[in-house]
Amino acid sequence: MTYIAKPKLHHPTLTTNKVGYTRRDYEGRISTLCAGCGHDSISAAIIQACWELDIEPHRVAKLSGIGCSSKTPDYFLGASHGFNTVHGRMPSVLTGASLANRDLLYLGVSGDGDSASIGLGQFANAMRRGVRMAYIVENNGVYGLTKGQFSATADRGSKSKKGVINSDSPVDLVGIALQLGATFVARSFSGDKAQLVPLIKGAMAHGGAAFIDVISPCVTFNNHGGSTKSYDYVRQHNEAVSRIDFMPVRSEITTEYAPGEVVDVPQHDGSILRLRKLHDDYDPTDRYAAMSYMNEHQSRGEVVTGLLYLDPLATDLHTALNTTHRPLNTLGRAELCPGVAALEKINASLR
Amino acid sequence: MNRIEAINDFVIKFANVNGSGSASANELFSKAVMRMGVPVSPRNIFPSNIQGMPTWYEARVCEKGYHGRRGGVDMMVAMNPQTWDADIAEIEPGGYLFYDSTRPIPESRFRKDVHTIGMPLTEISNAAYTDPRQRQLFKNIIYVGALSVLLDVDADVFERLFAEQYKGKERLLASNIQALHLGRNFVQENLSYPLGIRVRRSDMVGDQIFTDGNSAAALGCIYGGATVAAWYPITPSSSIPEAFQKYCDKYRVDPATGQHNYAIVQAEDELASIGMVVGAGWNGARAFTATSGPGVSLMTEFIGLAYFAEIPVTIINVQRGGPSTGMPTRTQQSDLLSCAYASHGDTKHVLLFPQDPHECFEHSAAALDLADRLQTPIFVMTDLDIGMNQRLCKPFSWDGARDYDRGKVMTAEELEAGKDFGRYKDVDGDGIPWRTYPGTHPTKGSFFTRGTTRNPYAQYSERGPDYIYNMERLLRKFRTAADLVPQPVLREATEATPFGVIYFGSTTPAMREALDVLEAEGLHLDALRLRAFPFPDSVSEFIAGHEKVFVVEQNRDAQMRSMLVNELGFDPARLVPVLHYDGTPITARFIAKAIRENVEVVSGAAGAPTAQKETA
Repeated sequence: MTYIAKPKLHHPTLTTNKVGYTRRDYEGRISTLCAGCGHDSISAAIIQACWELDIEPHRVAKLSGIGCSSKTPDYFLGASHGFNTVHGRMPSVLTGASLANRDLLYLGVSGDGDSASIGLGQFANAMRRGVRMAYIVENNGVYGLTKGQFSATADRGSKSKKGVINSDSPVDLVGIALQLGATFVARSFSGDKAQLVPLIKGAMAHGGAAFIDVISPCVTFNNHGGSTKSYDYVRQHNEAVSRIDFMPVRSEITTEYAPGEVVDVPQHDGSILRLRKLHDDYDPTDRYAAMSYMNEHQSRGEVVTGLLYLDPLATDLHTALNTTHRPLNTLGRAELCPGVAALEKINASLR
Repeated sequence: MNRIEAINDFVIKFANVNGSGSASANELFSKAVMRMGVPVSPRNIFPSNIQGMPTWYEARVCEKGYHGRRGGVDMMVAMNPQTWDADIAEIEPGGYLFYDSTRPIPESRFRKDVHTIGMPLTEISNAAYTDPRQRQLFKNIIYVGALSVLLDVDADVFERLFAEQYKGKERLLASNIQALHLGRNFVQENLSYPLGIRVRRSDMVGDQIFTDGNSAAALGCIYGGATVAAWYPITPSSSIPEAFQKYCDKYRVDPATGQHNYAIVQAEDELASIGMVVGAGWNGARAFTATSGPGVSLMTEFIGLAYFAEIPVTIINVQRGGPSTGMPTRTQQSDLLSCAYASHGDTKHVLLFPQDPHECFEHSAAALDLADRLQTPIFVMTDLDIGMNQRLCKPFSWDGARDYDRGKVMTAEELEAGKDFGRYKDVDGDGIPWRTYPGTHPTKGSFFTRGTTRNPYAQYSERGPDYIYNMERLLRKFRTAADLVPQPVLREATEATPFGVIYFGSTTPAMREALDVLEAEGLHLDALRLRAFPFPDSVSEFIAGHEKVFVVEQNRDAQMRSMLVNELGFDPARLVPVLHYDGTPITARFIAKAIRENVEVVSGAAGAPTAQKETA
């Protein structure tokens, strides 16, 4: 980590986005993570994505659990409210926050220990409910803050820094998200910003539960030979299913593609995820095909990345609950309190 | 044989099999007596089971309006062969046994010192109905009809209750009235009536309402402006969110759009339900959860977070018998310590102690205000006895001018005007800092909420002085809470006395009766009903003003007494525990006996035994 704070003053010629912010306005405090940590690259990708999406930073609520990954919301979107909750329980807090104010964008940041070990239940149930959010797991297969224990996503047979071989089966968060009804499921690699930024943009614009599993190597405890979450291993085994461009609502489409070369997947808000297919047989709108594709490639030791599944007709928990379009936290006595006359009627019915 | 003679003052107990539809018939009986102007306090005594196990409904008819359990049974309606022997044994000598005589029961299984009234209920019901379910359900109405003659309750009271209940369902109305009269006619034609115990028209019910604490708490959350409820099913609290849903259907659907001005989520466990409430509270919505002891145990980590990060949370704890799974369908006040000091590290939480459904309504609405004002978890400490039993109580009331107290929330305008915002800074001297809702202002007022230590401006800090500042401020805030919570209620004895008694919650009706009994015996006590923790100064003054103070509570370890000693620093010898914790609601007889014996033993030790003691 560095302890030299960046100057707050911006260069006057820095480009601003449509809402008048420079990229620097999306930054947070200086990261305290280890130099070279994959998580810092993800923070940079989030900053880039939010800036490019023209989101006003204060309209994002960023929530996390506990762990190295969960510390990162302090390092981006400094003008947003953040909530570093308890270990493994970010999904429930985010769910409640989302119920209270449906007008904000919710970004959940978690780690593999946080979501696949202690918080597996909350992760699973948030996916089931279709809470509208971008849920990013910064997955390094290891507990960093407690110095190198295996996490639940560590592959069977992978080796810890101390030389221990992991004998437990890994939890596959992507597989679980697909199975439990997440409507946007992706996997990426912290070292592939070109892929990660449009995925985050797609997730932020998505109308339901969007999950991105980002393999994010731990340079200190899990970047050695024998690890399946090291930079080298992921680079060698990365099998991207597509290249993605995120097209915001009503943007002009200028590039011409040969037929069959691209697939445009529209989202509920009118934005489009344009996929340049790298595998002819991959259909990202078929949940079951995606699951089977994943299983097949995973069994060969490949790390499949890209947009794995997208339901263009996604709905969310608010739709299911038929909640008012006004944020619940803005309702007052007039909407909420039935009043004195109604209470008298209730009293009369209880005599 | 002696015969119990009592007008408007007796206990009748119904021994049933659960799942047999007896609950609504028994409730009908209670309501009819109340329509006669005579107060009734019924209690369900039921197992943690859905069908086939024994269940009891004990109704105390009492013109004086004592709603506590009296103890003892004057009349047993023995409808469950499984529990026959124990049920028969419970009847007071000279009391009454009512039973289904369709199948003969050997004489040896009856008691010689109680009056036995047999009636072939099954036979009558089977002759009148063919459908097996109807035979079962109407058998219950037939016995209610029979009791109405035996106890001298007017038929038209029942007929009016049926007419209200089955408005628009004429067929059901007719068949219920038929069943009622089957029972009435049989008694009139075959038995002698009325019994020595009976009901006489009175006017002691007044404008009181008859309802259960869980529905009342749910209604309090509606009136108090809760918009988010997250819960996990657990006895005896589940009927709170269910009632909340019912009231939301009625009062919280926008008539123009059909959209909901509320959100209810049945979570995957209590960790998630409290997590959602914390998230919603953080984001400026009024949110609550309802649970019981085991749920609070699971929520404990989050409760610590909400305390330390200062997030409004309302938790309604309908206490049951602990520890562990304990007695899920029995009552206790045994979560006081686990709630007052929930979570690791130094924590203290605000607890409210409603005495009845009326206060369940009041305290639930108040809790939502207090949570916002104090930015901390507020517990409404009800219990199964209040929560799941219907009780006569004061009608609900609401001040039409009352607005919600949203506490110290800094607005975009204030931030824009340059007002200093330190999320954890005490600017008003009451320990309560200002907060902002997420999304308030583009560049000002955002902060990072965390469970780790921080400085007054919400920046991570492990510096000792920052930590101490924060912890001291939280204590100051807790002291502020003592003035904001519902204040204790004092009942002074008619004469000056060195004895005091402290009690709270569902103990209240039994206490009220015990105080009357003891006073009639010449034993005077000043009584203080606690309504909240932290304790205001009036509690210290009360204890200091008496030589000996009894602390009456429904748990084994004298938890409230421990809290009084712990918080106020009194000599424990001064506070005498009176503890009832077998899972049944505490009775006036129990309290009076415990206090009487203690006073007599002590005065006996000082001098010669009193005559009273020898005959006691």
